[in-house]
Amino acid sequence: MTIDTQQALFGFALRLGDTSLVLGHRLSEWCGHAPELEEDIALTNIALDLVGHARLWLSLAGEAEGQGRDEDRLAYRRDVFDYRNHLLVEQPNRDFGHTIVRQFLHDAWAVELYERLATSPDAGVAGIAAKALKEVRYHVQHSAEWVIRLGDGTAVSHAKTQEALDRLWPYTGEMFEADAASSALAAAGIAPALADLRATWAARVADTVAEATLTRPADGWMHKGGLRGEHSEHLGYLLAEMQFLPRAYPDAVW
Amino acid sequence: MYTQGLDSKADQGAQPSPRLVTDNDIRFQERIDAEEKIEPRDWMPDGYRRTLVRQIAQHAHSEIVGMLPEGNWITRAPSLRRKVALLAKVQDEGGHGLYLYSAAETLGVSRDELVEQLLAGKAKYSSIFNYPTLTWADIGAIGWLVDGAAIMNQVPLCRCSYGPYARAMIRVCREESFHQRQGYELMLALANGTAEQKRMAQDALNRWWWPSLMMFGPSDDQSAHSAQNMAWKIKRFSNDELRQRFVDATVPQAEFLGLTIPDPDLRLNAETGHYEFGAIDWSEFNEILKGNGPCNRERLEARRKAWDEGAWVREAATAHAAKRAQRHLKNVG
Ligand SMILES: [Fe+2]
Ligand SMILES: [Fe+2]
Ligand SMILES: [Fe+2]
Repeated sequence: MTIDTQQALFGFALRLGDTSLVLGHRLSEWCGHAPELEEDIALTNIALDLVGHARLWLSLAGEAEGQGRDEDRLAYRRDVFDYRNHLLVEQPNRDFGHTIVRQFLHDAWAVELYERLATSPDAGVAGIAAKALKEVRYHVQHSAEWVIRLGDGTAVSHAKTQEALDRLWPYTGEMFEADAASSALAAAGIAPALADLRATWAARVADTVAEATLTRPADGWMHKGGLRGEHSEHLGYLLAEMQFLPRAYPDAVW
Repeated sequence: MYTQGLDSKADQGAQPSPRLVTDNDIRFQERIDAEEKIEPRDWMPDGYRRTLVRQIAQHAHSEIVGMLPEGNWITRAPSLRRKVALLAKVQDEGGHGLYLYSAAETLGVSRDELVEQLLAGKAKYSSIFNYPTLTWADIGAIGWLVDGAAIMNQVPLCRCSYGPYARAMIRVCREESFHQRQGYELMLALANGTAEQKRMAQDALNRWWWPSLMMFGPSDDQSAHSAQNMAWKIKRFSNDELRQRFVDATVPQAEFLGLTIPDPDLRLNAETGHYEFGAIDWSEFNEILKGNGPCNRERLEARRKAWDEGAWVREAATAHAAKRAQRHLKNVG
């Protein structure tokens, strides 16, 4: 299927917006419940950044689409099958170990992506990426440090973190999966081919996992579906909670 | 206020015990009278130190427990702009907790000790956070009324005689006034919105009005040790004075919103220029202080759960830091 650049921008911005929003939502579930106060503040701060990125990407998506949908229309009035986030980020928090591993696997990808997007010839894309890059560099530093602390901490923390890594690893393949939108933008030179991010991502992950004394899982079978709207059961509950007010009071402006 | 538990007569811990007045006491009081700031290394009476530790700790606990009722709506905020604003606000409250615990630590207690007291149910925090947030309008009402009441009390604390506390309060107050405006703006959107939104706003005001007035603590004739705290310039205005200021500032704001304050006795006294208001139900307040508010158990349970479930994480961080230090020593040695 070939699509034009505007359609491709819409699809790509939606993918990044939804991924940021869903991950920000998951992190915000920690607010007030983190293992220590500093971490409560840090996770809330990262959630704030991610929802901020989601607003920028969704606004860009709305403009590219040209149907008059703004960030809130896109965030609050689409059902599961129209969401385009990676399955990784909708996985539940479970415990702090799962949260941190999920975050690290995503952050390491986001840094690679935003570094390349920051020099995109498309000014809208480059502007968002340049702003987000400063923040995701901090995010990956934060999550990598925690992976190392937990992996190379106590026997208990090591076991929990390895379990999280094993469980979440099969969700990492999707981050590098091309779809019609990302392929079209790559062909137009606006975005990198996502498969090209894999080598540097894998190297960063391998370094951190080794420093954390953890074992990198083998690349076997990978979960897929988020990019075509086939999600895990978790996303429906997340959206039900997130979208409750605009759905219950469709005429209201907040 | 956030430290209202200190004022209750039942609470004997900080009562100044009768003792001899020493030269140190006299010099200390002279410094206070001259509006000098007391710093951590300065000599201070035990009662002064004890009162401050309790007050700052209660204030810190209030900030932390206060993250829960508002955090309750982050995942359900109705627009991304509101979600970001609420995340930022709750993050600020966590930051306030952090500076306040640090200010308390300058008086020789550790944050862990203070947190343990909170989790053991031995420390108090503001009664206001034992009420539930039932609708989105509660987020507006908290910003407008609860942060508004906090500001009334905390602006004078910026001139508190104890330097580290006063300095922490300057930073906190700047952010609280931003929260207050943001909360009011949220209420305004609801009050100008659909009939259902307006109903939500009125309902929130109905539920938060009286608890907000109780935030200032017992009335002056019931308040146990205001006089000593006034002399030490830990407190500058009485509970009733601050409560009156809050009512005077807030009633016109409610009118502008087109909302009705749930007090049939409320009226402007043209002679004094102050609003007179109805009797506060102190039995409700006292029950909450005893642990019988609608959410007392949930709030402490949530804090304990976070602490207990986070134990393995804190232990890992400690163990890792120790391993690093060990490796560093080996490399150096
Ligand atoms: Fe605060
Ligand atoms: Fe405060
Ligand atoms: Fe506040």
